Amino acid sequence: MAMLHRKLLRDVFHMSGQAVSIALVIACGVASFVAMRAMYRSLLRSQADYYAQYRFADVFAELKRAPLAVASRIREIPGIAQAEQRVQMDVTLDVPGLDEPAVGRLISIDPRQTRGLNALFLRQGRYTLAGADNEVIASEAFARANQLQPGSRLNAVIRGRWQQLTIVGIALSPEYIYEIRGGGSLFPDNKRFGVLWMSIDALEAALDMQGAFNSITVSLQPHAVQADVLAQMDRVLDRYGSLGAYGREDQISHRFISDEISQNRVSANIIPAIFLAVAALLVHLSFSRLVNMQRAEIAVIKAFGYSNWQVGLHYVQFSLLVAFAGYLLGCAVGWAFGIRLASIYAEFYRFPILVYRPEPGIFLWAGLITAATAIAGAAGAVRRAAALPPAEAMRPERPTQFRPRLVDRMNLRWISPALRMTLRNIERRPWRAIASAFAICCAVMIVVVEFGLFDALDRMMQLQFRDAQREDIAVTLNEPHSARVRFEVAGMTGVIRSEPFRAVPVRIRYGHRWKRTTLLGLERDSQMRRPIDQYGRSAAIPASGLMVSTALAQALHAAPGATLTVEVLEDRRTVQDVQLAGTVDELLGTSAYMDLYALNRILQEDHSISGALLQVDAGRRQSLYRELKTLPAVASVSVKETVIRSFQDTINRSMAISLGTLMVFASVIAVGMIYNGARIALSERARELATLRVLGFTRQEITFILLAEQAFITMLALPFGFIAGYALCAELAVLLRTELYRMPVIVQPASYAWAFLIVLGAAVASGLLIRRRITKLEIVTVLKAGE
Amino acid sequence: MADATTSSVQDESNVVFHVHSVSKTYQTGDVKVEALRSVQLDLAAGEFVVFLGPSGSGKSTLLNILGGLDTPTSGDVRFRDHWLSQADDAGLTRFRREHVGFVFQFYNLIPSLTALENVALVTEIAERPMNPREALRLVGLNERLNHFPSQLSGGEQQRVAIARAIAKNPDILLCDEPTGALDFPTAKLVLDVLAHINQELHTLVAVITHNTAIADMADRVIRLRSGEIVQIARNARRARPEELVW
Repeated sequence: MAMLHRKLLRDVFHMSGQAVSIALVIACGVASFVAMRAMYRSLLRSQADYYAQYRFADVFAELKRAPLAVASRIREIPGIAQAEQRVQMDVTLDVPGLDEPAVGRLISIDPRQTRGLNALFLRQGRYTLAGADNEVIASEAFARANQLQPGSRLNAVIRGRWQQLTIVGIALSPEYIYEIRGGGSLFPDNKRFGVLWMSIDALEAALDMQGAFNSITVSLQPHAVQADVLAQMDRVLDRYGSLGAYGREDQISHRFISDEISQNRVSANIIPAIFLAVAALLVHLSFSRLVNMQRAEIAVIKAFGYSNWQVGLHYVQFSLLVAFAGYLLGCAVGWAFGIRLASIYAEFYRFPILVYRPEPGIFLWAGLITAATAIAGAAGAVRRAAALPPAEAMRPERPTQFRPRLVDRMNLRWISPALRMTLRNIERRPWRAIASAFAICCAVMIVVVEFGLFDALDRMMQLQFRDAQREDIAVTLNEPHSARVRFEVAGMTGVIRSEPFRAVPVRIRYGHRWKRTTLLGLERDSQMRRPIDQYGRSAAIPASGLMVSTALAQALHAAPGATLTVEVLEDRRTVQDVQLAGTVDELLGTSAYMDLYALNRILQEDHSISGALLQVDAGRRQSLYRELKTLPAVASVSVKETVIRSFQDTINRSMAISLGTLMVFASVIAVGMIYNGARIALSERARELATLRVLGFTRQEITFILLAEQAFITMLALPFGFIAGYALCAELAVLLRTELYRMPVIVQPASYAWAFLIVLGAAVASGLLIRRRITKLEIVTVLKAGE
Repeated sequence: MADATTSSVQDESNVVFHVHSVSKTYQTGDVKVEALRSVQLDLAAGEFVVFLGPSGSGKSTLLNILGGLDTPTSGDVRFRDHWLSQADDAGLTRFRREHVGFVFQFYNLIPSLTALENVALVTEIAERPMNPREALRLVGLNERLNHFPSQLSGGEQQRVAIARAIAKNPDILLCDEPTGALDFPTAKLVLDVLAHINQELHTLVAVITHNTAIADMADRVIRLRSGEIVQIARNARRARPEELVW
């Protein structure tokens, strides 16, 4: 082994504490890069593979009822590769073990069809037999949430009659990777919503749809123009009560997953970048000090004839060696963390296989980035080492120069000499202090952002479920009924108050832009549904005209006062111009609101309602549920509390892992920085501290003097970290914004407190580590060494 | 000049330091170094002693033990009622804080504190300190109080170091090669300050040096070689610093 290499290894060993802390920060950066980037790539790949293998359709349309011949006309549309008609219907389910009624979406499948679109992946059990009129295949998330197995039975109200269904299989579908019902309910509630696939003949018979269909899915030829296909399909299907054909981008499960995956990409870029920036800073600070300390050695090496290049390379290798250790650890931790992440995602998204298999390219990239970080961090120090003329290097480093500066112009008589030393040290090396403060700032920021994201979710839940949706139960009828139904509902057991609503699928146009959404008609003095903006202010529903969410207005490029065209996608399919009376900055979805009676007028109907919002006596819920289950007119019942709970469960699980991990990461940064800073200070000020010991200062006192600088910098960094955390939350709110989902910018005091506590903990831990060093400080030896 | 027979202190009642068969062995790796071997010594209050000896003679080790920076491997060291040989780190720290002033060859001032602040640093933790300005006046530095060490000459820095050492009104002033880094006129100035302190404040002053010329200004001269005291001599007359020549 070359002697320089031997020196390298011994030096690394000698400064092992610092080397370890740098390596750990690098490991965090690499781990987060590997885990998140690979997760992002794995999700993309799993999604693409799944879609391709199971032939996820490109275009979807739901309609009232059309004869089979219409499907043939659809197949003739140029650009369509394959079209499959089917029958589907949402029905009320009585699930064993579940008090409240659930909603099942019955979808027909053709057991004879082998290359059909949206093919099922059978996890358990078998396919339904042709002709078996009570066999269904259940979606996995729903089956799991309700502990249903092949062989389990449940009851469904189909066309007003109770029918017993037997589960014969459990399956996944590319259409329901995210099992969300859609149409206003944007949270998965796997206990109360599931998909049930049934043989086509059986379902047609049950729904009285022989020779007809009410849903069609289509795959496109490679170069087809989707917009053209949609337009032509609409032309054919319009008279059959179509709600309008739509592409994958409006398919709710696809949209949620695609949004989530792209959000993953955002964090996969930001978080590793923060760590690697801090790592570069740490390398820079440590190596600058190292080169200063090794001036004499550098001189000797050069005097013996080693070239500047060799000396420079020596320090680059040093930095790379430390970085490499961090890289290896980071890859291992990242891999393990990725597997954990994948298991969480697998809960959320039902892919047949969600393989977390990082591509070799990711490790290669991580390696290159790590090397670049290490080299960039060491560059300054290496340049100085290379440039050092041997003769000058032999002379000791110039003594520390102090002159009266800012600190001295202020009147500092009241502060102790120890504190004065601290302030002057910081002032003399402002860039170093700023670099340290920056790193601590990053640690604080990471914690604030992570907690802030959960604060935002919490706030979103609050706004959505406490302020906007104030009902306990929303009952949806299977078709619009006369407003009299409202009084029947109001008379049911345990109902304290009820309010009617009318919900219609519509297409809203403005100029050449259009959006599909559900237009919700509410009574103007509605107490149970109030459009709420992101600050919790409720917006009154206008007496005439539309109110839409800001996101919808933006998507249409429409401002209040604009005249929008509302195309009703139901029954009479009226088309009417309506003025946009106002917008409300809602966080979720793209909603449109109107006065109930104004909406009735547009629909050219008497007071019809789609359902009712109920306030319920908690003690008599069970009997109400029982009653509701038996009502044929009730299509679905949505119990708010349970939706909240299931959402909260998911959040809590992912919170536990991501918070835990990021807190560890943030602590590593904070400890890495504070410990390193203190180590550098200790090596520079060893003589000074030894002198103080001789003068009679106790260990505690000099520990305090040494750490005061780090403490001061940490305190200074905290508020900036809070600000940066808030700013990053605001930035993320913009980056992670989707049409369905907008994040409020809110950071609770508790989140700042957590950040403070974690950094404080890290500072104390570093302090304890350093204390051990101070205890070992050899007073006499240090003093003997001349300057 | 040196009288080998009057090696002990003149007035037994005045003795503050008892050093009784003190040995110190350093173990570095496999190498064992005997820095001191059965050293026997008494020092009296108000004395001015000079330790002479070549490198490695053990004089610094002895001074460190006297100053509570180090403990002997065997033997007893007692300062009045402090048993230094048995004290723990906290005890030694307290001893240094209350009784000892140190002056080093390389001054060891805190670079980030001004002259006045370097002195004040010590007076803040002392029990009965003098005013820092008074200490600086005693060493003849009443002008440059607010200068940082890097703005002072070597002699000035050493005088600040002495002011810092005496500001706590120590019982003992221990000086390790105080003039080693100074030129001749500056060194004499510093020695003058030491003599002055010894006479004015009756502080026991112990100076380690290579420089035999300095020995003339001591009450007693203690020569060490290979960890042993080879001679203790009493000067009949203490030379004044300005008389010294080297």
